[in-house]
Amino acid sequence: MTAILDLAPTTQRRGRRTAGLARRLCAGVLVALVLFALVGPFVLGDPAAQSLDRFLEAPSLAEPLGRDDYGRSVVSRLAHATRLSLVLAALCVATALVIGTASGVLAAWRGGWVDAVLRSVSEVFVALPALLIVLLVAALSDGDLWTLYVGLAVAQWVEYFRVVRARAALVLGSPAVEVAGLLRLGPWHVVRRHLWPELRPALTTLASLGMVTSILAMSTLGFVKVGLEPPRAELGLMITESFPYYDVAPWMSLAPVAVLFLLTVCFLGLRRTEDA
Amino acid sequence: MSLGRLLAGRALQAVGVAVVVSALCFLVVLRLPGDIAYRIAAGRYGYDLVDAQAADGIRAELGLDDPAWQRFGQWLSDLVRLDFGDSLVTHRPVLQEVGYYLAGTLQLAGAALLLAIVIGGAAGTLAAQRPGGVVDRVTDVWIATVRALPPFLLGLLLVLLLSVHLGLLPAVGHGGSTTIVLPAVTLAIGLSGLIARVTRDAVVEVRGSDYVRFARTKGLTERLVLARHVARNAATLVVPYLGVQAVVLVEGVVVVESLFSWQGLGHALVHAVFWRDIPVLQASALVLALLIVAVNTLVDVAVLWLDPRPRRSEVAA
Repeated sequence: MTAILDLAPTTQRRGRRTAGLARRLCAGVLVALVLFALVGPFVLGDPAAQSLDRFLEAPSLAEPLGRDDYGRSVVSRLAHATRLSLVLAALCVATALVIGTASGVLAAWRGGWVDAVLRSVSEVFVALPALLIVLLVAALSDGDLWTLYVGLAVAQWVEYFRVVRARAALVLGSPAVEVAGLLRLGPWHVVRRHLWPELRPALTTLASLGMVTSILAMSTLGFVKVGLEPPRAELGLMITESFPYYDVAPWMSLAPVAVLFLLTVCFLGLRRTEDA
Repeated sequence: MSLGRLLAGRALQAVGVAVVVSALCFLVVLRLPGDIAYRIAAGRYGYDLVDAQAADGIRAELGLDDPAWQRFGQWLSDLVRLDFGDSLVTHRPVLQEVGYYLAGTLQLAGAALLLAIVIGGAAGTLAAQRPGGVVDRVTDVWIATVRALPPFLLGLLLVLLLSVHLGLLPAVGHGGSTTIVLPAVTLAIGLSGLIARVTRDAVVEVRGSDYVRFARTKGLTERLVLARHVARNAATLVVPYLGVQAVVLVEGVVVVESLFSWQGLGHALVHAVFWRDIPVLQASALVLALLIVAVNTLVDVAVLWLDPRPRRSEVAA
């Protein structure tokens, strides 16, 4: 995982205006993709409906992306795959964020043995590649969604933990928090007034990177045929399945690649200007 | 941080990693569909020769009826004695198999890392010569593109371009001098982006420092300043990030090796998951994870050597 690295301060080079424009563009494309993923499955047909007589049909007005080697509608499969990626990634990021933030704040606040235990647990996870964790957890059972979910969340919580712990320790040790303690304003006040505003920018950055990591990990596992199993529509799987027909039906493999690339670029684009 | 404390900390981390990975592998075995005694019997004697008697024999021999925690203890003690058993598919000792795959991975990772440092380092240094200039902007675009391309897509693109359309290089295979080029380049391109970014920022920072200005005032030529003062000090900023890259590298290895059928640990791991070859799965996952700890240790030692001044804050892993 590279999120820790990406948080390293980079010098600001781009103009503020172009940055804002790029960010709005990313947000726009992202909204379009989310709409496609949410509305598409209801409007378009069944992604698993085969009609073998329409083998590799070329794109037309009715079927904007044509049909695949089983005569299934590519655009419908694409909508389902995008929805799967977005929903599962969002769930994983939310889970990892809650667990990581809670444990990070706990470690920074209590210190002592709590901190020592949590830190050594996180040390172990830092040394494990996320994909390895997901791969092992995914091996638990074939093509189940929940194993992928658990694997991705377990692999990601440690980033939030490390960043939150480091920043929370700084905030909690500041004179402002000391004063709040002397005034007996209570822990809730400290969280709302001091901790949250300080952590929020880092967390949004990590979350948008986490979306990228989850989506890519999922499609990568699909691609090496260890993740979700056919006939489920998944971006990585779709790329693998369509690759043999690259010559005769390039639109089939290009469509999932384009969606994957756009998702990645847009989430990264959102982050890029976040710290501007 | 002293060398001894550093090594002790990394050793503890290695033990923790080993326990977590083996626990995960053990869970995989527990959760496997079907009676495992029958599966092992099938692996040993062939599917046609499996009967209840053979399965019972194996169950008694391996203690499959014991409670799970006892079996986990057994599993761990086997691990401590480095007893990985035999592959369920090829029947060869797992250590021998994994050693072969490890060699493949080290070869590939080494080539990729070298290439990535050359590409990324050069791009970063060039970009740092004139911050905001044309080279800097091009590097920026390069970094962003590389970051957004997952390794498997990058690999596919390279195969399409160099093997299918230009016919320059073999797309898959292991051995020979040309088969390593495509997987290594795929990995290296992925890594080079972050190396370029870190190098650029480090070089810019070091060049703006007082000691570099002093070296110039002394009348050193630009090349000498770069070689003697900028390189080493920038390296202290870049090298710690190579540890982070190790994680990326190992993840990439899993994918790129399967894509190009390069016979390394990642390839072995994916196949072990696929074939349910538990001993190989456990050993290759363990070796991959320990590889990262080893690389991080090397990085720590290198940083200590480059900049022996004691530091208060620990190096981010």
